[in-house]
Amino acid sequence: METILAQLLNGLDKGGAYALIALGLTLVFGTLGVVNFAHGALFMLGAFCAVAFRQFITYETVTLDPTKLSPWGAPLEIKTPMAQIWFGDFGAVLINWSVPISILLAIPVMLVIGIAMERGLIKHFYKRAHMDQILVTFGLAIVLQEVVKAIFGANPISQPMPVELRGSADIGAMLGLTPGMVTYPIWRLIYFLFSASIIGAVFAFLRLTTFGMVVRAGMADRETVGILGINIDRRFTIMFGLAAVVAGLAGVMYTPLVPPNYHLGMDFLVLSFVVVVVGGMGSLPGAVAAGFLLGILQSFASMTEIKAIIPGIDQIIIYLVAVVILLVRPRGLLGRRGVMET
Amino acid sequence: MNIFYLPRRDAITLAVFALVVLTMPIWLVPFGAAYPGLMQKFAIFAIFAVGYNVLFGLTGYLSFGHAAFLGVGSYTAVWTFKLMTMNVIPAMIFAVIVSGLFALAIGFVSLRRSGIYFSILTLAFAQMCYNLAYSVLTPITNGETALQLTINDPRVLDLMFSERGAGLPSPSLLGQGMSGIEAFYVVAVVLLIAFYIAQKIFVSPFGMMLRAIKSNQTRMHYTGFNTRPYALTAFVISGMYAGLAGSLLAATDPLAGAERMQWTASGEVVLMTILGGVGTLIGPVIGAWLIKYFENIFSGFNDAMLHHTFSWLPQGAQDVVVAITSKFVGEGWQLSLGLIFVLVVVFLPGGVMEGIRRFSSIFRNRREPGPTGALKTSPAE
Repeated sequence: METILAQLLNGLDKGGAYALIALGLTLVFGTLGVVNFAHGALFMLGAFCAVAFRQFITYETVTLDPTKLSPWGAPLEIKTPMAQIWFGDFGAVLINWSVPISILLAIPVMLVIGIAMERGLIKHFYKRAHMDQILVTFGLAIVLQEVVKAIFGANPISQPMPVELRGSADIGAMLGLTPGMVTYPIWRLIYFLFSASIIGAVFAFLRLTTFGMVVRAGMADRETVGILGINIDRRFTIMFGLAAVVAGLAGVMYTPLVPPNYHLGMDFLVLSFVVVVVGGMGSLPGAVAAGFLLGILQSFASMTEIKAIIPGIDQIIIYLVAVVILLVRPRGLLGRRGVMET
Repeated sequence: MNIFYLPRRDAITLAVFALVVLTMPIWLVPFGAAYPGLMQKFAIFAIFAVGYNVLFGLTGYLSFGHAAFLGVGSYTAVWTFKLMTMNVIPAMIFAVIVSGLFALAIGFVSLRRSGIYFSILTLAFAQMCYNLAYSVLTPITNGETALQLTINDPRVLDLMFSERGAGLPSPSLLGQGMSGIEAFYVVAVVLLIAFYIAQKIFVSPFGMMLRAIKSNQTRMHYTGFNTRPYALTAFVISGMYAGLAGSLLAATDPLAGAERMQWTASGEVVLMTILGGVGTLIGPVIGAWLIKYFENIFSGFNDAMLHHTFSWLPQGAQDVVVAITSKFVGEGWQLSLGLIFVLVVVFLPGGVMEGIRRFSSIFRNRREPGPTGALKTSPAE
């Protein structure tokens, strides 16, 4: 019981990341009909928003303190991060909470990047084959990750989480099981809650607002909505921006779990494509469900007991599931009938 | 009819191609690329791209997993070196067979879907191979350290005829060492044979069938053809080409690592084919050469060389220009590669070959309705 619960929890945060990326991919595919291979790069760009923010506020100015001496006799160097010079103690708080705060930075940045990407490049590819879309977005992904590499270097840059949120929560004790059996890092719990609320927000946006209603109508029948005098293209562009924001936020919050480097996006992209396919191309609930499902499956497959039976299963479980799903039920778990079924 | 027959036009192409490939050590000198290691790569990746084009160019199936076959070929070749003999011919034969079998298995499953699903399936299989090579299959693949020759390898066949030497043996072809320029000529000859076979496929009824799959698979079904065996054959052939290329990589440098199977490596061969011109015979070869050339030459550039290149500019402007261009060369050469690739897909979907065609049609001053980009036709979905 405890082990199962622990593995279930372990799968949740990764599943959350998969679900968020897959959600964005599906949004783009459902609205614009584009297969976006650069979506992983957006996840990576979001992660680097957090990195850039932190590097900016922790930019250190060095002053010499002539009264004190360092152990080797030189005047003691006092390094003060920029944020502390500007805001004093509040700066220290800012640095401690840099990752969550950089969400505020990531939202406008990712929105602008997403819209620029759609208007600048992808809109020229609506009429062309899916193959061309794959190729051009693949090229774009290379460009984006190389730009990041040129700016931030090739090494992973670790992002500390706020001090208050380090450590683990004893989930088992909360649920009345033996204390100490099922502990779970707080940040990963937060990541799960965060991704769940983002997913909820996106669904609420699509379900409850007029804008969302129009977008859903456009997904169902783009031409009719256009004939009714609604500028559906502009709304779809905004949806692309929104998908970029979702991917970016997933990236920002993921940085304390895995130090981001420039090919983080590519690593996640392959997996999230698999997630989209398993969930069903064009189905938003399918993407979310498959994301969590595969995340949990992966964590179960990494159990030593399972690995003892089938060695290496943890490495390939997701791909294996995808292969089986594609062959048995090509439209995916929750895919609509007739959407890219061949 | 002679089975080696080629139409006149293709025979001329082959002759010119042979001339170009075999004189590489001469005409590459002004480009600073006439060293054997690089020329071997030119020839090997040309084989890879030519084979990939048999699948992607003719049938339109975009595979994102061909590096897996390259890797399988490399591993098989190194194991042949280790277990049997250092001669490269058995290594090549086994690599082609084993990668062909892999391609048969993967293709059999993947080809049940087309379009983007096919791409994702091949990608999934390639990632599976890559992950397995890194983890559970470490006894076979030697994981991160890469599979290498050791002094104590069995080498059954070699040791029947000669004593175990003192040093590490190196691959050979019928007693002739495989190093430097000799190895290049061996690889070049293999490339010519591979190119010739691709030409034969292109002009054969089988090739026509593959093209028909690309232009309209549904109609093929209605006409009563089962297209899958044809597509599967094309997949296996291109997998065998990839395996051959992998075995040659191992023959010129007896080492096989899993990173050869990563999906970025699969992406590279897609880049080569698109850049050169998909669906043409020469195009993928040109694409492979361009990418390998830029990889070696661009990545060798550094700031000092850039300052030298732009020394005719005034000092301030020189620094600015160097600061900007240095992002695109050296470590950042892949940035230029990505940009070029995006530009090619956007503006020149037929790659370099279409560029040449457009260019020459300007000079001929003839307004013919030029062939539309090869990419515009997609497999029926």
